[in-house]
Amino acid sequence: MRTHSPLVGLALILALCAPVFGAEGETAPPAPGENAPPDPVTLLSARDYLDNNDNGDKIEVTWCLSADDGGGAGDVLEYRIRRSSGPGVAGEVVGTVPAGTTSFLDEGVEPGEAYYYDVAAFDGGSESAPAETGPVTGRRNFFQTSRLPVLVLAALFFAMVLTFTRLAQRGANLFVRRIPGLTAVEEAVGRATEMGRPVLYVPGIGEIDDIQTIASLTILSHVAKITAEYETPLIVPTARSVVMSAAEEVVKEAYAEAGHPDNYSPDNIRYLSDAQFAFAGAVSGIMLRERPAANLYLGAFWAESLLFAETGFETKAIQVAGTANVSQLPFFVTACDYTLIGEELYAASAYLSKEPKLLGSLKGSDWMKVVSIGIMVLGIVLSLFGVTGFAGWFFTQ
Amino acid sequence: MRREIPLAITFLVGMFMLVDFFVPHTRVSAVGEEMKQWGTIVIAASILLGIGNLIRVHSKKIARRNTGWGYSIVCLTVMSVMLWFGLWPGERLGPSPLVGTIAQGSYFNWMYMYMDVPLQSTMFSLLAFFIASAAYRAFRLRSPEASLLLIAAIIVMLGRVPLGQLMTKGLPEKATLPWLTEAIMTYPNMAAFRGILIGAALGVMATGLRIILGIERSYLGGEK
Repeated sequence: MRTHSPLVGLALILALCAPVFGAEGETAPPAPGENAPPDPVTLLSARDYLDNNDNGDKIEVTWCLSADDGGGAGDVLEYRIRRSSGPGVAGEVVGTVPAGTTSFLDEGVEPGEAYYYDVAAFDGGSESAPAETGPVTGRRNFFQTSRLPVLVLAALFFAMVLTFTRLAQRGANLFVRRIPGLTAVEEAVGRATEMGRPVLYVPGIGEIDDIQTIASLTILSHVAKITAEYETPLIVPTARSVVMSAAEEVVKEAYAEAGHPDNYSPDNIRYLSDAQFAFAGAVSGIMLRERPAANLYLGAFWAESLLFAETGFETKAIQVAGTANVSQLPFFVTACDYTLIGEELYAASAYLSKEPKLLGSLKGSDWMKVVSIGIMVLGIVLSLFGVTGFAGWFFTQ
Repeated sequence: MRREIPLAITFLVGMFMLVDFFVPHTRVSAVGEEMKQWGTIVIAASILLGIGNLIRVHSKKIARRNTGWGYSIVCLTVMSVMLWFGLWPGERLGPSPLVGTIAQGSYFNWMYMYMDVPLQSTMFSLLAFFIASAAYRAFRLRSPEASLLLIAAIIVMLGRVPLGQLMTKGLPEKATLPWLTEAIMTYPNMAAFRGILIGAALGVMATGLRIILGIERSYLGGEK
């Protein structure tokens, strides 16, 4: 041990002094940027984004890694992607991606413009020689291929609806099951008439662009005709001024068609408030002050649904509700006498009018449900056997 | 013509919006965006119709001394005060920034934050009591279905609170209340939920198609 100690001491001194004296091959790895620039990327290419779902404003740039990324000096930190309008023109950096990445999606290009791209590897201090590619142009696409399944199913559905509508027009007898909630509407109006009290119709708090509101207005038309014939006041409170305006037209026309235009009272179509709970409070006030004997809640409802239904229950009114907002259905089912669940709200117009054209569309919807169930069962069975392509085809963007 | 023009507009706009869904091209999407903005502007401007209706209905109620006419006075007064502080140009009333603005610190904002919001919250909080009374009626043992509902509700409610976890602590995992809760919510509940959603989605499409093609026209007021 004693004979080796001077050698060990010398080795330690040499090791400590090696960086100072620049001993080659025994130094620690250089800090980023202290050595030569990294090798450039290879096989650089740029092309119009191929997913067909863009508007010509995306170009995809791909490359092979620099030799110093994962190998060589191993000091590449990131890649810098530049875009320019001509070859050799200094471009602006449009993005950076970390080492190990081989593609970049430029989402800010002008459709139809020609661009050149260069990609440089960066090691923290210096860049590799840029590799350039171009010109490439973003093309506007005319179809979102990822929505093809929607188009196919929608076309199938529309074909079914139109076929059954045509069949109905030719006199085919289309069976529609009894919907107790809709049958109860006339009963409810009749009860209000007997009691000499008004009917309250709330078309939800949705805007006019909500399809539930449109469905509700079609039911309102039928209800207004019945109240016009029975000469029973119909109160329609609304939370949206456009809905109020549409409801005015619907009720006015219905009274005219029923042959009782003089019974129409514009004061009964009321705009209350856009604010959800202010509207709920105002409708509850109408229930408590004017004591309608029949309350119909048909349309888009949210948290105010139970406030209406429970207040109506307290006033002992017969209540019919309907909405496609699934989260509110339990409240209506609990507190109302009859509830239209989801699709029944949309079927109401056809059911009440019994018009062949409308019944045909109803039948088409039913058959589409059969097709949907068939697709789901097939997808589940195929997936169980490891064939996921069929189910995967239905994923959309 | 009174019926045909709205039907034609509905058809054209409806078809265009369908095309807009499938075509990403600027010439289509730009027009689609423009139309959506028009819709927003029209809806926003229609508030004037609502205000007009509100004033007409309540003025008549006050003039005729109908039941609850006092509330109509409160309604119109409050509406006028809010309008005053929200719309009146501040410069006419002096340099105060508190009038004619809805910025934080303005009178309008103060009334909104400390009068309107608490009132709405009060209405919302009433839901707790209504849920209790509705649940009491729903869970009464009147029929086999109501009994099932009651049992499922008890499991789900207990499974979501610490007490439920404590009650079944030590049992095999699949016998614990949290596990049963998750099973009820994930399988029977979700299945029914999705069934209703699919039916409703098809109903939306059928209604949309009927409206676009003019088969459904009672929303325009009458069917003829």
